[in-house]
Amino acid sequence: MFALGDLNLTYLVSITAVSLYVSTAAVALSAALGLPISLAVGFRDFYGKSVVTSVISTGMGFPSVVVGLVVLLALSRSGPLGTFDLLFTPEAMILSQTILALPVLVSVSLSAVQSVPQDLRDAAFAAGGTSTDVALLVVREARYGIVTALLAAYGRAISEVGSVLIVGGNIVFSDSTSFTRTLTTAITVEARKGNIETGIALGAILLALVLGVNALGARFRDRTPGRNGRGR
Amino acid sequence: MAIERRRFLQAAGVGAVLGLSGCTGNANPPQANNGTTEESQGSQSGSGATQELTLATTTSTYDTGLLDALNPVFEEKFNARVKTISQGTGAAIETARNGDADVILVHARGAEDEFLREGYGVNRRDVMFNDFVVVGPADDPAGISGMSSAADAFATIADAEATFVSRGDDSGTNKKELLIWEAAGVEPSGTWYREIGKGMGDTLVQADQSGAYTLADRGTFLATQDNIDLEIHVQGPLKGGPTILKNPYGVIPVNPAKYPDVNYSLAMAYAGFLTSPEGQEMISNYTANGSQLFFPNALSEDPQFGQYVPENYDGGENASSSASVSDAQFESWVAQHVPEDF
Repeated sequence: MFALGDLNLTYLVSITAVSLYVSTAAVALSAALGLPISLAVGFRDFYGKSVVTSVISTGMGFPSVVVGLVVLLALSRSGPLGTFDLLFTPEAMILSQTILALPVLVSVSLSAVQSVPQDLRDAAFAAGGTSTDVALLVVREARYGIVTALLAAYGRAISEVGSVLIVGGNIVFSDSTSFTRTLTTAITVEARKGNIETGIALGAILLALVLGVNALGARFRDRTPGRNGRGR
Repeated sequence: MAIERRRFLQAAGVGAVLGLSGCTGNANPPQANNGTTEESQGSQSGSGATQELTLATTTSTYDTGLLDALNPVFEEKFNARVKTISQGTGAAIETARNGDADVILVHARGAEDEFLREGYGVNRRDVMFNDFVVVGPADDPAGISGMSSAADAFATIADAEATFVSRGDDSGTNKKELLIWEAAGVEPSGTWYREIGKGMGDTLVQADQSGAYTLADRGTFLATQDNIDLEIHVQGPLKGGPTILKNPYGVIPVNPAKYPDVNYSLAMAYAGFLTSPEGQEMISNYTANGSQLFFPNALSEDPQFGQYVPENYDGGENASSSASVSDAQFESWVAQHVPEDF
């Protein structure tokens, strides 16, 4: 099928698994942290709100290599968090990808949350909803944008190479199972060896993966809850 | 492998949960992974727990495939897993200097010596050597082919302003290249001189694509030869070339007095394995494209004291008082290590 040189199946499956594991965990963490942030910022009017939103969207442009270096310094044995021995582990990669994905997720979901009409929120309050009810209603109304935010964050995470290379160390064990090597960092290894075709083939796998995740997201996005939500 | 499929599903399914637990509670998450992997390998390991060794090394030992041949044998012998981080020599030494590696295998004696002098490394051993070669396009636009001096060849390239690609990444090869420019009395500048900040393989590919000269270690050049059209124009000392193109590799465990958390005994075991008759023979037998890439030099019946300490090491600040050096050293040990009330 592919011109994959001497890459065996174990290797391919395990670097793909590490890619998926790290990016999925990072996006999940970003969502857990980011959705409450965007709801909080989106609902309220406060002094300096535009500054906050500007700062958040600036975060979308964080160079991933810089994030990698900062996380490296923090997690190194000679750094402040050195005692946890996290450098060169998948968890370190999750951390740096979370930092990269969070601003994307917050920015995009923020604009989705803000596009939910104020009257709707007022009406929900008037109908006796608690603030949790209102938040859930808003999330449901804004779900299209929020899913887009999740997908954008996922795309940022899984295609990223600079920071995971630095904090993960690109480690693969001698039995061809990956510890911290992802599809993207595996591509850098192939490029370094001059195996351009193999690198491109790995890139195709990555693309297929992103396509799959997007298809999944689109299905989720277009499913029914909207009708119930709007009916209230 | 079954375990991989299981991990795949885990990743897709409960990645979120894993991620959360990995980042919060667990003091040592990687062990969770090892646990499951060991389970699947079952038969391989005995009762003792598998130890982990973090090796920071150069791209040349990794990209040539040498470590893929050596490490599995070490792992089986010592019930260990080697986590190999392949960087340039400068970056590998920096990683170890921060205490993030247990042992380094690198090739830049000057930088190694500095690492030793600062106390970050102990028990350095020579492991193997090969040489550097000056490579370039087959039509040799600067006309350096067959020159017996690397410095002259570099000076000629500079005169002709023929494109030269430099690693520019503080790697062992980069340090060697700068040394040769210095010997040639040329400070390379201008658009013909391109620092690209990439690994050896990348650099060879880029030199090939842009019809440029570059300095390469023979090992990586031989291993990458299939993918590029560059030719050797100045040979290294392995084939009668100038000695300045020598390329010796050393292994240095990280000093456990600096970083108590490094796996020092396993690092010493690794140094011991590389320099053992078995390890040396494996290095000697390793070939790519039909050529031997590295030549082992750890085994010698005669003492080779120079390998343990920085080059030209004079015994430190007490050296001048020759006879009393060891006495002074002993007194300082007593002062340092024996409690006052002993």
